[in-house]
Amino acid sequence: MRPLQLQEYIAKRILSERYGVKIPRGEVAETPEEAAAIAEKLGRPVVLKSQILVGGRGKAGAIRTASSPEEAARVASELLGRVFKGHIVRKLYVEEKLEIERELYVGLSLDRVEKAIALIVSSEGGMDVEEIAEKSPEKLLRLKIHPLYGLWDHHVRRAVQKLSLPDPQAVEASTLIRALYKAMVELDAELIEVNPLVLTASGELVAADVRLFVDDYALFRHRELESVIEYTQADALERMASEMGLNYVKLEGNVGILANGAGMAMATMDLVQFVGGRPANFLDVGGGASSEVVERAIELILTHESVRVVFMNIFGGITRCDEVARGIVEALRALRPSIPFVIRLTGTNEEEGRAILEEFSRGSGLAIYVVSTMEEGAKLAAQLAGG
Amino acid sequence: MVVLVNESTRVVVQGITGRQASFHVRRMLDYGTKIVAGVRPGKRGERVHGVPVYDSVEEAVKETGANASIIFVPAPAAPDAFMEAVEAGLDLVVVITEGIPVHDELKMYWRAKESGTIMIGPNTPGVLSVGVAHLGIMPTGAFSRKEGGGVGVVSRSGTLTYQVCQYLSRLGVGQTTVIGVGGDRITGLDFVDVLEMFEEDEETKGVLLIGEIGGTMEEEAAKFIARGFEKPVVAYVAGVTAPPGKKMGHAGAIIEGRRGTAESKIKAFEEAGVPVGRTPLEAAELVKRALESRMK
Repeated sequence: MRPLQLQEYIAKRILSERYGVKIPRGEVAETPEEAAAIAEKLGRPVVLKSQILVGGRGKAGAIRTASSPEEAARVASELLGRVFKGHIVRKLYVEEKLEIERELYVGLSLDRVEKAIALIVSSEGGMDVEEIAEKSPEKLLRLKIHPLYGLWDHHVRRAVQKLSLPDPQAVEASTLIRALYKAMVELDAELIEVNPLVLTASGELVAADVRLFVDDYALFRHRELESVIEYTQADALERMASEMGLNYVKLEGNVGILANGAGMAMATMDLVQFVGGRPANFLDVGGGASSEVVERAIELILTHESVRVVFMNIFGGITRCDEVARGIVEALRALRPSIPFVIRLTGTNEEEGRAILEEFSRGSGLAIYVVSTMEEGAKLAAQLAGG
Repeated sequence: MVVLVNESTRVVVQGITGRQASFHVRRMLDYGTKIVAGVRPGKRGERVHGVPVYDSVEEAVKETGANASIIFVPAPAAPDAFMEAVEAGLDLVVVITEGIPVHDELKMYWRAKESGTIMIGPNTPGVLSVGVAHLGIMPTGAFSRKEGGGVGVVSRSGTLTYQVCQYLSRLGVGQTTVIGVGGDRITGLDFVDVLEMFEEDEETKGVLLIGEIGGTMEEEAAKFIARGFEKPVVAYVAGVTAPPGKKMGHAGAIIEGRRGTAESKIKAFEEAGVPVGRTPLEAAELVKRALESRMK
């Protein structure tokens, strides 16, 4: 699971309604008719923005403009249902097209190295912040905000100075930066990016696009966000796994990997590749896994069509090997997989665990290989997968 | 000698009445750890495996002289438990809890810094002074001590540490202190802090660093070692095959943009003269070799 990104229209709505951030007028459309109606209501040229959680929407053609309601309907019918980088467009955000005078950048992010919140501003916006940093570092300012003491006026002054705005807009920019910082803290955000922040021809300062990521660990205090978070299809399995208490990541190969503990799962994945195999996924059943969890994990791994062999690498510490073995046996008995299972079980109650597995595998008709080290297991799994 | 915890460390267990805590308290007691008190608001007077329970950390400290704590409190209440421990004046706080919001972790980190409290974790398997005391949830059977010293181990991952240490034990390499710094993005201790501790400890003859993708803790450690670390160091880095942008189980194990890849970490170590094992077994073998050539 990745940090949770909110769809643009939701992020904008939250920032506008709760924090007073100025955003373009706009509404969500799910049909061409709705898009036309919104364009009609706005009474001017519009931008139709596909509500998908991928970067580079503009370049990919997922953001288009229309100068009349009829054109808005036509563009909407072209965008809705289309797939960009694996994401289906189900909603469009139709908003007024701004008359852009200048594009700026304001962002807040978590700085894990400095253990602080980074306030980043740039007098040039509209592109990736890393790109700005590379091409014109002199336009970028990065300030470290101490999480215990927060944002002070001198931070805001320096940031606004960097934006080099005329006086009235400079005041507005100060208000915006304070509002964004407040949102960052209150929403448990990991990243808030207003890019571009547009200075319009009529002198308004408007958040033309917003990216907002919230910390999934903090959702317990943001129940209201849970209902608005939309999961992409690619994340569906990962999401399902996390609801079962499993950490799961899909990869490209054909060796299914199941281990306990994140580090161990990563090490197993690396080892499989090192001996010539190709990992199909990463599945961590966590510490202290019960037989029930193991059973569900096996079920999940078997939903992968590309998996040709499963390698289970369990180091029982808190997790008891006999418990894991029972889970494996129950799962295999119920699912009767047609692919081989390579199982390495070591640690707490190892003998009992291995005995349970060996007894079951005899006469089960299933291809179960019990190995004693992870190296041996990885090699065998890679070999059975046939590259 | 060992670092961080020893036979005189007096431990209070926060959230002692929970199922997990109670299980691990038994194991820690059996290992010889001096657990002197437990805390669970509203449960004063109860006992867990003979350990008296108090309503607050302050009370526990006053009545038992505790100087360290281990936190098993669930994520929503764990930051509060941590602040309470710091305010009660404890020297060392081990935060086992997983899933603490990162903004809370930032506050915990700086609060600890300000008060001089050492925070281990969050999301850590704890700290094990092999054969002496255990403040954590590690399967102690995988670890072994050896006369004349051994290797100090510091890691971002639990199970992987157990695995590598089991290999070390089988190869006859003893461990002195094993420290899990935690799998989250913000951790109380980083590798450099622990390297400094191991440098001071006479019994620790070498160091094994177990890193993973995400952040720059490994690169910082490599820089520190290159400046002239006296003892041999070996590293292992998990996540060579991890795709960018995905959280690999740990909140801290995520490749962010172009940063935090296993490749850059391995390169940093190798440039600092630190051998990097490509597999957990190879890492253990490299440690054995490094210590042996040191003895000669």
